[in-house]
Amino acid sequence: MTESYPLRTFIGHAVLILGILIVAFPIYYTFVASTHSLQTILRPPLPLLPGDRFVENYSEALFGGVGRIGGVSVGTLLFNTTVMALGIALGKICISILSAYAIVFFRFPLRMTFFWLIFITLMLPVEVRILPTYKVMVDFGLIDTYAGLIIPIIASATATLLFRQFFLTIPGELVEAARVDGAGPFRFFKDILLPLSKTNIAALFVILFIYGWTQYLWPLLVTNRNDMNTIVIALRKMISFADADTEWHLVMVTCMLAIVPPILVVVLMQRWFVRGLVDTEK
Amino acid sequence: MATVDLKDVKKIYAGGVEAVKGVSIAIPDKALCVLVGPSGCGKSTLLRMIAGLESISAGTVSIDGKVVNAIGPTERDIAMVFQNYALYPHMKVYDNMAYGLRNRGTPKDEIDKRVRETAKTLELSALLDRRPRELSGGQRQRVAMGRAIVRNPKVFLFDEPLSNLDAKLRGQMRVEIKNLQRALGVTSVYVTHDQLEAMTLADQLVVMNAGLVEQIGDPLDIYEKPASTFVASFIGAPPMNLLALTRGGAGRMPAGSPEEMAAVGHGSAAGSTALASAAPMLTDGSVVPFAPQAAATLGFRPEDADVTHGAEAPGGALAIPAAVEAVEPVGAESFLYCAAAGTRIIVRVHGRATARPGDQLRVVVRAEKLHWFDQAGKRVG
Repeated sequence: MTESYPLRTFIGHAVLILGILIVAFPIYYTFVASTHSLQTILRPPLPLLPGDRFVENYSEALFGGVGRIGGVSVGTLLFNTTVMALGIALGKICISILSAYAIVFFRFPLRMTFFWLIFITLMLPVEVRILPTYKVMVDFGLIDTYAGLIIPIIASATATLLFRQFFLTIPGELVEAARVDGAGPFRFFKDILLPLSKTNIAALFVILFIYGWTQYLWPLLVTNRNDMNTIVIALRKMISFADADTEWHLVMVTCMLAIVPPILVVVLMQRWFVRGLVDTEK
Repeated sequence: MATVDLKDVKKIYAGGVEAVKGVSIAIPDKALCVLVGPSGCGKSTLLRMIAGLESISAGTVSIDGKVVNAIGPTERDIAMVFQNYALYPHMKVYDNMAYGLRNRGTPKDEIDKRVRETAKTLELSALLDRRPRELSGGQRQRVAMGRAIVRNPKVFLFDEPLSNLDAKLRGQMRVEIKNLQRALGVTSVYVTHDQLEAMTLADQLVVMNAGLVEQIGDPLDIYEKPASTFVASFIGAPPMNLLALTRGGAGRMPAGSPEEMAAVGHGSAAGSTALASAAPMLTDGSVVPFAPQAAATLGFRPEDADVTHGAEAPGGALAIPAAVEAVEPVGAESFLYCAAAGTRIIVRVHGRATARPGDQLRVVVRAEKLHWFDQAGKRVG
């Protein structure tokens, strides 16, 4: 809009700012709480301005260890969660791009059967197969390992379908041109398909990283040791029923720290992410 | 440099559809062979079989005397230019052209030399660092050509390469392709549905219809002596006029001049006397002289016909009464669309047409310019 309508602009901005405040206030409040001492938090009302214990609280949580979860530091939790989220995101991308490649570009017996099998698993939530999966993990001795955290949720029907749909839009002539140019299946994948999928991969990575970061049920089951917990599980463990037993200032710090990596991923990948959703480089 | 030989090549798809029903073509070395036909005639399938992108159901394809049925496109040493160019969208022009060479393990400096040489011939040197989407249609076309040329293959295959360009550019590129092909002396197979492109480019023209070859030969020979009604109506624009002939029943006024009628011996006399004979007639009942015994269809090119307002036709010519329906002036020539003998015929006259829509006149064609086809549509005489 080129003309200026002061009232409209004002109302528009007012609505947007109000929305942001509503969404952002709890996060701000968490941040405020994370900079006060436990005593201040437990004695209402909680101040609306950050306190003076920022450095103490954050360094205690990150390096010192939190008593209620066996003295494990939040740094360890962040590391665990990062390993799991990266493993899930990258694993899902690798597996699904390869299976989509097979389904779209190769003719083999039972091709459509496999496709439908993958498709059907979309309809089964993790919770349905959680007991057999747990049993398998126990038998393999993968409880309290990174492999145990990652492998059971590494296959993704959704990502396979997304890649399949993208591959179907690649013109057949391009595939044939590559064949005439002497590119075998592996070269075609590496030289043509992967570069063309870059934006899709980036977008999926963001979504899957956050999916992995926020996993709750599976890490809860498969990790027993405190030092193998993910940050979400540890947060839950830090909170006791009795208010006085909970180190609320450390809980708040952990909350703040748990938000940071997903935000970082979104911010850093934003350009790619938006491009992947909006246009494909064709 | 190589010859390409197709022997009784067939393509039968899994569903039982027969796209190519036994085609044999011998393409000489360095020739530009154009496969032309309406969509669905199997010309693209045939090209793709030569390329190795489509399996061969029966028959053999040989390149340079070697049967290539069982070997893949890479080993056939062919290069193909696709209809939509099929450039790699994420690669620069340079890499697009170098990709095939790299995959063949050509040394780096050799690749560089060849890419730059080819780019120079095609006037692409300034564009080597661009990506395909930054190029115009004509430039993309050139890159696609460059990608084929740089490999220096035995055979070029073109799959309707000009169909996505505008008319002016198409004309330009047509000349360029022809010159380039001649200069490089590489045997080429070119598929198109555009008969003008086919006529102007071909050393050897193959007209296809419904999975079969209708005629193979020099383009002008085909134009002058089409082997069937299909070829006659497909090659040449506007197409050849085709008029069905019937025999028996009562004829009306003979369509030829009186002397001619007497000479040929069909019918009895001039004038409007009713005739009852086996003489071939047009559907409007006018008797056609000079027709060979087997003729079922009569054809003539628009440029071989003339119009006259007079009642008498010149000797040795066929005159068909016609009503002008529309006149299309193109500048150097005009096309008259006339209703005659239950069909529409097109006559080409030089310069400005004097006839107006609604005029009754006679279309006159000299006897030697008439083509005759039998019941099956094959050429007679």
